[in-house]
Amino acid sequence: MMFAAAALALLVTFALVIARAVLGPTVFDRLQAANTLGTVAMLLVAVLGFLTGRPEFLDLALVYGLLNVVGTIAVLKFFRQGDLGDPGEERLGP
Amino acid sequence: MTLLLDIVSWLFIVAGGFFCVVGALGLLRMPDFFTRMHAASVTDTLGAGLLLVGLMLQAGLTLVTVKLLFLAVLIFFTSPTATHALAKAAVVRGLQPLLAQGDESSKR
Repeated sequence: MMFAAAALALLVTFALVIARAVLGPTVFDRLQAANTLGTVAMLLVAVLGFLTGRPEFLDLALVYGLLNVVGTIAVLKFFRQGDLGDPGEERLGP
Repeated sequence: MTLLLDIVSWLFIVAGGFFCVVGALGLLRMPDFFTRMHAASVTDTLGAGLLLVGLMLQAGLTLVTVKLLFLAVLIFFTSPTATHALAKAAVVRGLQPLLAQGDESSKR
């Protein structure tokens, strides 16, 4: 029961963060949303493991977390060099 | 004893879920990128931490608790790193923070 409540809260979090990822005016907003999404997905996998009585899911959560941080840093390195060649998608600075 | 453990872990898990939702709400509602980053860190630290402590109390003294501890340590170290890199990249790209009672022209 308590795991179901936690999973529900995490799903609501998912919806809000996805809304920010879709709305986000700059690419950094989207990246921040993606990073938070990864953390919440990791927690959701862990909670789902407890909800279904199979705590082996925690291994998946660990792998997901490691991939999440590597992905965020890698994409960030890419974006820091320049834009994606998509003019008009975002305007940075005033 | 087990009832007490259940109650305490209920409290931790509900608080963790609450802070996750609060952080996401801040991420959606805050006015500019740097404040949004600030709000998102609530989900990463307080929400995840409380939730994992609640799960640890449910798991007892087993290998599952060790894995949860690994998860907590992973979040504890990687989330600030990613946030720092993100902020630095945004500053390098010239994203200006929204200052207090500044002109409305810097607002998007």
